[in-house]
Amino acid sequence: MILDGKCPTGPIEKTWDKHRFDMKLVNPANKRKYKILVVGTGLAGGAAAASLGELGYNVEAFCYQDSPRRAHSIAAQGGINAAKNYPNDGDSIYRLFYDTIKGGDFRAREADVWRLAQVSNNIIDQCVAQGVPFARDYAGYLDNRSFGGAQVSRTFYARGQTGQQLLLGAYSALARQIKAGTVKMFNRTEMLDLIVVDGEAKGITVRDMVTGEIRSHVGDAVVLCTGGYVNVFYLSTNAMGCSVTAAWKAHRKGAFFANPCYTQIHPTCIPQHGDKQSKLTLMSESLRNDGRCWAPKNKGDKRAPGEIPEEERDYYLERKYPSFGNLAPRDIASRAAKEQCDDDRGVGPGGRGVYLDFAASIKRLGEDTIRERYGNLFEMYEKITDENAYKVPMRIYPAPHYSMGGLWVDYNCESNVPGLFVLGEANFSVHGANRLGASALMQGLADGYFVIPYTIANYLAKTAPGKVKADNPECKKSVDDVNNNLKKLMSINGKKTVSEFHRELGRIMWENVGMARSEQSCKEALKKIPALREEFWKNVKVSGSGAQFNQDLENAGRVADFLEFGELLTRDALYRNESCGGHFRVEHQMPDGEAKRDDENFCHAAAWEFKGVNAEPELHIEPLKFENVHLAIRSYK
Amino acid sequence: MSHDKTMNLTLHVWRQNGPKDPGKFEVYEAKNVSPDQSFLEMLDEVNEDLIKAGKDPIAFDHDCREGICGMCSQVINGMAHGGQDRTTVCQLHMRMFKDGDTIYIEPWRARAFPIVKDLVVDRGALDTIIQAGGYTSAHTGGVADGNALLVPKDIADYAMDAAECIGCGACVAGCPNGSAMLFTSAKVSQLAVLPQGKAEAKRRVQEMTGALQECGFGNCTNHYECQAACPKGINVKFIATLNREYLKSIF
Amino acid sequence: MQLFTSTVGRKVLMAITGQFLVLFIIVHLLGNSSIFIPGGINAYAEHLHALPPLVWGFRLVILCVAIIHIFFGVQLSLENRAANPDTYAVKNLKKATLSSTSMLYTGLLLLAFILYHLLQFTVRATPDIRVGVDALGRVDVFGMVTNSFSHGIIAFLYIAAMVVLFLHLSHGIQSFFQTMGWNNEKSLPVFGKIGKVAAVVFLIGYASIPFVIVTGILKG
Repeated sequence: MILDGKCPTGPIEKTWDKHRFDMKLVNPANKRKYKILVVGTGLAGGAAAASLGELGYNVEAFCYQDSPRRAHSIAAQGGINAAKNYPNDGDSIYRLFYDTIKGGDFRAREADVWRLAQVSNNIIDQCVAQGVPFARDYAGYLDNRSFGGAQVSRTFYARGQTGQQLLLGAYSALARQIKAGTVKMFNRTEMLDLIVVDGEAKGITVRDMVTGEIRSHVGDAVVLCTGGYVNVFYLSTNAMGCSVTAAWKAHRKGAFFANPCYTQIHPTCIPQHGDKQSKLTLMSESLRNDGRCWAPKNKGDKRAPGEIPEEERDYYLERKYPSFGNLAPRDIASRAAKEQCDDDRGVGPGGRGVYLDFAASIKRLGEDTIRERYGNLFEMYEKITDENAYKVPMRIYPAPHYSMGGLWVDYNCESNVPGLFVLGEANFSVHGANRLGASALMQGLADGYFVIPYTIANYLAKTAPGKVKADNPECKKSVDDVNNNLKKLMSINGKKTVSEFHRELGRIMWENVGMARSEQSCKEALKKIPALREEFWKNVKVSGSGAQFNQDLENAGRVADFLEFGELLTRDALYRNESCGGHFRVEHQMPDGEAKRDDENFCHAAAWEFKGVNAEPELHIEPLKFENVHLAIRSYK
Repeated sequence: MSHDKTMNLTLHVWRQNGPKDPGKFEVYEAKNVSPDQSFLEMLDEVNEDLIKAGKDPIAFDHDCREGICGMCSQVINGMAHGGQDRTTVCQLHMRMFKDGDTIYIEPWRARAFPIVKDLVVDRGALDTIIQAGGYTSAHTGGVADGNALLVPKDIADYAMDAAECIGCGACVAGCPNGSAMLFTSAKVSQLAVLPQGKAEAKRRVQEMTGALQECGFGNCTNHYECQAACPKGINVKFIATLNREYLKSIF
Repeated sequence: MQLFTSTVGRKVLMAITGQFLVLFIIVHLLGNSSIFIPGGINAYAEHLHALPPLVWGFRLVILCVAIIHIFFGVQLSLENRAANPDTYAVKNLKKATLSSTSMLYTGLLLLAFILYHLLQFTVRATPDIRVGVDALGRVDVFGMVTNSFSHGIIAFLYIAAMVVLFLHLSHGIQSFFQTMGWNNEKSLPVFGKIGKVAAVVFLIGYASIPFVIVTGILKG
């Protein structure tokens, strides 16, 4: 099937304004009759729930944490982009649009990206009004910095905790609506199924993580804002609770999953220290503004970094990309680090690391300036590694960080299942095959504050409120299905723990479908994943009972979904017989090792339809048209 | 750098099935702990062993494991988050301990934080305080340009110092009075100094301190133990600011 | 009204009434110091009691202030105890001090001491009291005090009470500045020190009287 993204036509500058006018509205008096279920309370979900509640809709919001303030958006460090052009350095909505399309390696929809660039300015204003303490200069004006993949300073930031401050802004807006009674908040509640009635999304089934109760909530529309899936690699920069579960359950109920192979591997993470590690920690990309990446020139050089003379160091990013240097986009910087390590020139335990050296900057600017800029990051680095990065270079290595792929949505952020909207990282829309720094926060808030309030009305206006009641047989069926699934998990009582399975899956994924993929490695993974899944359902051990607070059971459910999802990711990676952005197929590279796209055959989004656990999914294609930014080889030299 | 030596530790962990159930300490051995492991990774290992032995693993809250979400919450040897300066439990590393150490692990204890299970407590009361007024009533859309309100750097920095609060509740856990005054004051101060928050400053400080009282938190008596417990180093000067804002609001 | 019910309001009341009591003990200490001037304290006492409306007015105000301070101090302490009912098996305090954690107890001990002190030197109902008349025909306060403090046990009791006062004040004085909202990051340690120094001054000032008497440095 050829999918239609329902993008407005005409001059790109007018698309969003025109579309806003074309969409239907819901009468203010009728809004409270519509119930909207918002799952997830990160930037996208928190902003959406708050904005929809404020408009007068009857909103129910759900999060698995103990408070909506804890969503993993909070961990974003670097900043948020906006085309304000405050520094007068040549930025514009068009340039942000252009950079994002190019940065995504021409695998995103133009209209969606245009809209994102257009509303980016409103986001900054909105956050300022909420009291987000963005960095300011002495005169009181908002400060900007540059960020990977851009040649203008368009990144707004709040120390190294921009995500935290933006999330707390959205959380405070949400808190205001909870107090006002327009939003009902359900903490420690995990979505375990989507309820589809007559082809439309009309509810969710959840598990109360404190009591273990399984119950369904019905509404007139469901908005999924449940984040990304890179925990499929086990070790990632995501929070421990981040999972594909909500998106996967929706996928199983008919929502197409688009481009799951687009995963972002972030270049500046702290290398793994041992096999008992539970997660990887990201160091803000902003470090690359003043740090220089290098590896020893000689293979197997085991000397301490200080003993390696200047001429025996390979500043590989500066060498390979003279114009962007250490600020090359993430996918490129990550792959370059991997290249060095694969060439036996890596440093640190296991040779999986490269240096990020601040010595030159400290010499040029002084230690105090560096401390002022990155003090908290250096401190965090020292806490984890016990090394002082003012004295010895940091060791960094890429780690799974973000998923560009996600549930397929049209221009309205609505999936192919009517009534199911997907926002933020959970959808696939704007980042193409690679996301630029400081644009995830932008997308989450754009979708939540400035897209969904308009587009959901267009859907609701066409449907009668309260069409589906709680006693609908689909609800009972869904609750039964969830209960049975949990019972099954509890009853296996095998020998291996959930974490052991997760780790094993992560290893398969990282080795075969990680930073570099090949036909052979994908096929290898496609053999191993189903086998592991089969073993899981025979041999997993889940402790406790379902009718209580049970973190082991929560994890088991998430890993079970990853075991299904990992296969789809791999299948997509195998299908996409080209290299683009974060998806690197070793068969397709330029002579210098850059990703080689195949626009002839793959200039489209690949959306997969679920056909059963062990059945092949069906592929649907949405062709991508580039009418404003012309398809070109992405070059950062 | 990596240490080769591993450690064996004795853990006394608070186990409690639910808010109404009696709790008690259980003793566990943590073997071959690497100094490079985080505290939570050490507990993960203990839990793996418990699960394999058919026992109930220790329930504890955690999520981001990079010290920012505020989910992790344990009192270790009598100190919230383990007592390392400006460090959450998830960022606490085992190199802080010595081979053979005995470690007491307890949940946050305060009337306003009922225990859910083991080391997991219900911190909903902190949300209630924010809901009482920890926001500006900005509508989505229809706001002024970000640069229309000038906020000089020192004010922005002051607000940011307060805004760093991660809402973990360590201030309550550390406070001999079980008071959430540092938490409340951080939000009150952040919004009180910013021009966009000034309009509602009076109402905010009254509503938020009122909610604090209603939620069953204790009163602040200036022990400053909260600042010592805070993993983000939130300063008690914000409590002074809250007091000042409060006095302004009633006179 | 909020001042009497809210958490911050009552804290402010505690601070203001506490500071009022500190003002009182400053005046009282200055008055007491006249004991070191020959005939001084008798003259001081005479002048003071020459104006009964002033004395009684002053006593009434102090009584009200003290009642507020004590009532809310006890009430807040009870609330705080209720807010933190389960104690930790291991508790490791980093900033709180003996002084800050024992405010209720030191306060109640001071109350007991003050009642005794009033009974002794104001009502003059304790057995050790010997009231005479000095050479100028004034009530011999000096003789009364030196007589009482020459009993080792009474002198010890007074000195001990002043240690309790020291504990109470070394938290109470600096706490006042915090509660009134006058603190910032820089002033916080400064006020902390000022509070402690003031508490030491009170300790030395007050305790010196029974000390010099019981050791025979000042003779009756």
